[in-house]
Amino acid sequence: MKPFARIILFLCAVMMLTATVDLPDWADPGSPASTHLSPGFIEQGYHETATPNVVTAVLADYRSYDTLFESVVVFAASLVVMLVLRRTSTGTSRIKHFRPKREGRDTILRGAAQSIIPVMQIFALYVLFHGHYSPGGGFQGGVIFGASFILLSLCYSLKFAMQRFKEKMVLICCACGALLYAGIGAVCLAMGWNFLGYAGLAGLLGVTDVMARSHGILAVEAGVGITVMAVMVSLYYDLASGGDMEEGL
Amino acid sequence: MDEFFFFIVAKYNYWASLILLFIGLYGMIAKNNLMKKIIGMVIFQTAILIFFVSIGVKWGASVPIIRFFPDKQPLLDATAYANPLPHVLILTAIVVGVAVLGVALAILQNIQRIHGTIEEDEILEDMRK
Amino acid sequence: MMDQTPVFIIAIPLFASLLLTLIGPLGPRVAYGLLIGALSLSLGASLATMVRVVQTGQAIHYYMGDWLPPMGIELVIDHLSAAVLVMIGVCALLSGIYSMHTAGQDNHDRLNNYYALFSLLVTGLLGMASAGDVFNLYVLLEISALASYGLLARGGGKAYFATFKYLVMGTIGACFYLLGVGYIYIMTGSLNMADLADILSRESLQESVSIRIGFTLIILGIWTKMALFPLHAWLPNAYSRAGTATACLIAPLMTKVSVYIMLRMMFTVFSADYIFNQIAWSSLVIYMASAAVVLGMITAFAQRDMRKMLTYIIVAEIGYMTGGAWLANTAGYTGAVYHILADGLMTLSLFMAVGAIIYRTGDTSANAMQGIFRRMPITAAVFLIGAASIVGIPPTCGFFSKWYLLQGAVQAGAWIFVAALLIAGLMAAIIFFRLLEAAFFGNLDDEGLSVGHSAPHSGTGAVQMREAPLTMLVPLAVAGAALLGLGIYTNEVVTYLIRWSVPAGF
Repeated sequence: MKPFARIILFLCAVMMLTATVDLPDWADPGSPASTHLSPGFIEQGYHETATPNVVTAVLADYRSYDTLFESVVVFAASLVVMLVLRRTSTGTSRIKHFRPKREGRDTILRGAAQSIIPVMQIFALYVLFHGHYSPGGGFQGGVIFGASFILLSLCYSLKFAMQRFKEKMVLICCACGALLYAGIGAVCLAMGWNFLGYAGLAGLLGVTDVMARSHGILAVEAGVGITVMAVMVSLYYDLASGGDMEEGL
Repeated sequence: MDEFFFFIVAKYNYWASLILLFIGLYGMIAKNNLMKKIIGMVIFQTAILIFFVSIGVKWGASVPIIRFFPDKQPLLDATAYANPLPHVLILTAIVVGVAVLGVALAILQNIQRIHGTIEEDEILEDMRK
Repeated sequence: MMDQTPVFIIAIPLFASLLLTLIGPLGPRVAYGLLIGALSLSLGASLATMVRVVQTGQAIHYYMGDWLPPMGIELVIDHLSAAVLVMIGVCALLSGIYSMHTAGQDNHDRLNNYYALFSLLVTGLLGMASAGDVFNLYVLLEISALASYGLLARGGGKAYFATFKYLVMGTIGACFYLLGVGYIYIMTGSLNMADLADILSRESLQESVSIRIGFTLIILGIWTKMALFPLHAWLPNAYSRAGTATACLIAPLMTKVSVYIMLRMMFTVFSADYIFNQIAWSSLVIYMASAAVVLGMITAFAQRDMRKMLTYIIVAEIGYMTGGAWLANTAGYTGAVYHILADGLMTLSLFMAVGAIIYRTGDTSANAMQGIFRRMPITAAVFLIGAASIVGIPPTCGFFSKWYLLQGAVQAGAWIFVAALLIAGLMAAIIFFRLLEAAFFGNLDDEGLSVGHSAPHSGTGAVQMREAPLTMLVPLAVAGAALLGLGIYTNEVVTYLIRWSVPAGF
């Protein structure tokens, strides 16, 4: 079976590599990908959404339906990991996990963590809310924010982190972020526009359609950020402790 | 020979990502250790991300964030910015990859707990008992 | 302001799944009620959409976020997707109602999270059936795949390893699809299906190697997802080790929706002319489909475990649909599409009937069928209808789909497929005759009693073994009636829905 698989893979590789003859050269400005849709996004995006970062505008407005399901994907991942791993009894294990004992007070480690975590969290908020003007947005900000909690539990202990960000709260945040996103879509629907048509927020916020889109992007990015942050923490809690929430890495 | 060389250089992004892709696929199919299968899966997914993101590059273009002239007028010239669409697609695909990786690791932990091993042949033996 | 019903089909189960996570602690009854309510509303929206599509005779386009395609994402619901949406809605609602007892039994804790995943899976499937954008399809494919990994892994024990294999194969499939989309995107610069079809029909791209590779990768990815014959190894273990409620949802829907995606890709994004004249694979695919049909049925015959037997029958049914789609004529296409609808209901009713028998006897082997007709008459009757449909006995819908497929195969001159269809029908008859014989004439006193005693849910013993609870019986009876109904109204289904979606060029 294995030599067979190797041969098949090798043949596929040769076939696909020779087929690159047909593809446009690297960084060719005249390639179909660069001339069909992308000029439209670049040239109209700023006027239609008031968002200089075109990637953010496309992500959270033109293709916001994709992004909604993207936040739902991570939400689903946290649900699945919890359903698969979470358990209360530890008796079923055939192999004992090796966990190093922490002795003494890691003064330097904890001191460093104490000073770095607030900075991380503020930077995460900056990345999230500055996504209109610079690289950044909900995912990046959410991941950095989630990493601050993971750092906390690495430098202290899982229990210490879980006292500050409880498991139930994590799950609620996972659902609330995605709910905020979908809810904004539903509000637009209720205002007489299509699902996720942020121009529907204009009447509520008292701004022009273009600015309403900009605000809509910000709000859904915040929703994505909340979900991603909570999912990162939830995945860490479950995977690092093997599901029993006793002790982390 | 020169032509072949130019052919590769002009399209090296496809070559790099496709070779990476087949390394990952080989790991997924041929490796016996389930953790190595997961590593292969991550390489495979990353190769596709590189493939996609390399489409977005344009000669002489910068990041797709609108720049402004000193008089606050935006520079809206499509040739000045890289193609934003592949970046958007890849952001989505990265997140999907992370989600799948998390689920795979969770299932792997349970396999190890139940069968006591993560080697495929040993698991099959354990299941026959 | 456009008609908003299409978005409700998808948004309602999505909201339900998010809310189920939040209000879960209120108790299992609330969770169950919310799930059933959401699935019914979504089914209602699907039905309303289908009625509108049939009345106006044209596809409904819904622009997400008010952006016109190809810049934005659109939902497209034409005759084909409307039929598939209703099929998904019906199957999901029935298996949702059915799950009341079995899901609680498999998930003592976290029932609300289980139901949240259940609802997410349905969201993903409905989204796939209505997607008008190839990348959006990928995201929804992954949502439904992730939810199904979670649900299947709830089976515990050996299910983990089977799910892991499914995860690896599913990821390969989805990544191949994504890579194929990448090739197509490089060559065309678009992601919208209608726009892609427009660009791909240009003369300059007909000969392109990259487009051909992109198409191959997409089709290979979908075949992996739908477990076509050489790529089917993951399916039987993953499905047969899952909990009953999970199996009843996933087994009828996941593979059928993948077949739908294959049809979409073949005939909406690419064209019949491109596939059957430019890429001349169809004879090879017909061979693969015939092999799937025959080998699937033979392996099913060799199984003692009833659920495993049914999963091999799914592998064979996938062969029917693939073969029908690649026959390149109207009858074959009609048979394939009709079989998506029919097979969803057939698999659902068989899995539900077997699930009910397992629920009462606690035995998954064919022994559990002993004397079922006297003990659980309604369950046995539905099982009989489902079996008749798989074998292809009129007036069940299985007969009509096989009739169309045979007609198409004869027209196309694909005699190997004709032979495979006939052999498979015969094999199915033997398989089910064996089971039904035991069910009719099985000995109540000897084996039946011993089976009954080992049962955890049958009360004090086999003597008191009775019909399954009402929440299981009602969906069972509805599914059985739907099998007959779909068979009786075949003509209407074909005239009003399927004939409209027959691609140009046949």
